[in-house]
Amino acid sequence: MESILTFLTENKDAIFIIVLSIFLGFEVISNVPSVLHTPLMSGANAISGVIIIGGIILVGHASSTFEWILGAIALFMATLNVAGGFVVTDRMLEMFKKKKK
Amino acid sequence: MNAMILLNTLMPGQVVLEYSYLLSAIMFVIGLKLESNPATARKGNFWAASGMILPMITTLLLNKDAAGEGISLANAAAVILIIAAGAVVGTVMARKVKMTAMPQMVSFFNATGGAASAAVALIEFTKAPNQALLVTLLGLVVGSIAFSGSMVAYGKLDGKVGDIFAKFMTYLNLFFMLLIVVIILLVLFGGFDQTTVSCLVYGLLVLSIVYGVSFVMPIGGADMPVVISLLNSLTGIAAAMAGFIYQNEAMILGGILVGAAGTILTLQMCKAMNRSLINVIIGAFGGGGASHADVQGSIKEITLSDAAVLLSYSQKVVIIPGYGLAVAQAQHIAHELDSLLESKGVEVKYAIHPVAGRMPGHMNVLLAEADVPYEQLVEMDDINPDMPNVDVAIVVGANDVVNPAAYDDPGSPIYGMPIIDAHLAKNIIIMKRGMGKGYAGIENFLFFNDKTRMLFGDAKKSITSLVNEIKSM
Repeated sequence: MESILTFLTENKDAIFIIVLSIFLGFEVISNVPSVLHTPLMSGANAISGVIIIGGIILVGHASSTFEWILGAIALFMATLNVAGGFVVTDRMLEMFKKKKK
Repeated sequence: MNAMILLNTLMPGQVVLEYSYLLSAIMFVIGLKLESNPATARKGNFWAASGMILPMITTLLLNKDAAGEGISLANAAAVILIIAAGAVVGTVMARKVKMTAMPQMVSFFNATGGAASAAVALIEFTKAPNQALLVTLLGLVVGSIAFSGSMVAYGKLDGKVGDIFAKFMTYLNLFFMLLIVVIILLVLFGGFDQTTVSCLVYGLLVLSIVYGVSFVMPIGGADMPVVISLLNSLTGIAAAMAGFIYQNEAMILGGILVGAAGTILTLQMCKAMNRSLINVIIGAFGGGGASHADVQGSIKEITLSDAAVLLSYSQKVVIIPGYGLAVAQAQHIAHELDSLLESKGVEVKYAIHPVAGRMPGHMNVLLAEADVPYEQLVEMDDINPDMPNVDVAIVVGANDVVNPAAYDDPGSPIYGMPIIDAHLAKNIIIMKRGMGKGYAGIENFLFFNDKTRMLFGDAKKSITSLVNEIKSM
């Protein structure tokens, strides 16, 4: 019980950010026309690659072999997610654009 | 002690770093907002991408560990090298993929994001086993599930993995879920020694990966848009949990935004199928629930020349595309057909069901690729009132989304699902490869309708022959 209370107190700021972000996310996304569902999902998917920052921190301070190997995997995977995600999204959106008469 | 002093001293670099994360979070929000409007979507993607690059640079330059050490030159070089490699591979994959293979590509990238989150959480656990334990465990579990689940989804969409459905899978999945919760509680409150905790955490990792597989395995074709959207939201949550470990605002906000956005899309998909999320996850669609209504009437075929005449002398034609269109890659030839008919004065529209295809908005992307104008794509709710005035409804590779059993047959698994009212059109042409049933494995009454004519064969070939037939008239 006490550990839960400590957790809630110590992480108050982060919990505030999380709760408010949920509302923000709902607010930003609602009423999206279905034509944009796929690119939006793909774009959001690229944003979830923000874990790349964690990867940079890990590899940036890696010392043990375990940290190096797993950190490199994490960073590489996250970069795939970010780069691939944004490029794929751009390709989809490009198609929507060019057929505007 | 040294670390404490450093943390308490204001350093310009740290302030710049912290505020670059805030800036990045704002750019994500602006990006997503712009991406929800067709006119500004591409700009939005650019904003979001910039919001990703900024914190990458500031982190590399300014990040300091608990002891106040910055990133060394050797490590920085390694970071840059790995990112360069990932960026090249990712970009090439994304550039080369065919538009029809887009759902599996998105799934694959989602899997890599989930794996990265799980790996980050695992390393953080080994470095500081007691720090932010709950979020570390959640990041590990959710990331692993997103990883293995997305890989299975990727395999299924790519046709490499089949559906496995058995009633026991439902119970097995519930058991796995329960076991994961129990282990998390044990690690948090069990008061075990370090070795035992480590064993439990590795067990948790394996269990989560297995659960991801067994969770997606029984979910079949038509439910794929829902699952992909759900997995996407899980990856966001995993990234946010990792952000929690670092108290990093950009990661928390970015991750949660994706989680919330994915959840909304998931619920919209579910609503479009008139089913609850639980129902999709447990997978009630695949088994049992066989329709008991008898099918009346018989199957009637149509010749190409009859179809050509019928279409040429119509006023209003509606094309209803489904997954079959994607499989046959018939989007370009479909556009040729609609242009040809329009040149003859026929009004042609596409009716888009929200869950047609294997990804939310799948049909829209395919038809956009083929340059079909935006205005010609009509959503289900807008086209249905007009269906009785439609001369010909052409169903291309769609099945369940036009099955009138959704209205008539309370015993049918899709009873209550909103459908496109193809059966109300004056004539119906169905392009289909064979008499196979749709994903739901149920008889489609529409095929036996008196107004229905079947045109068997691969969608691309059928439409190509049809276009040639109309041209030669």
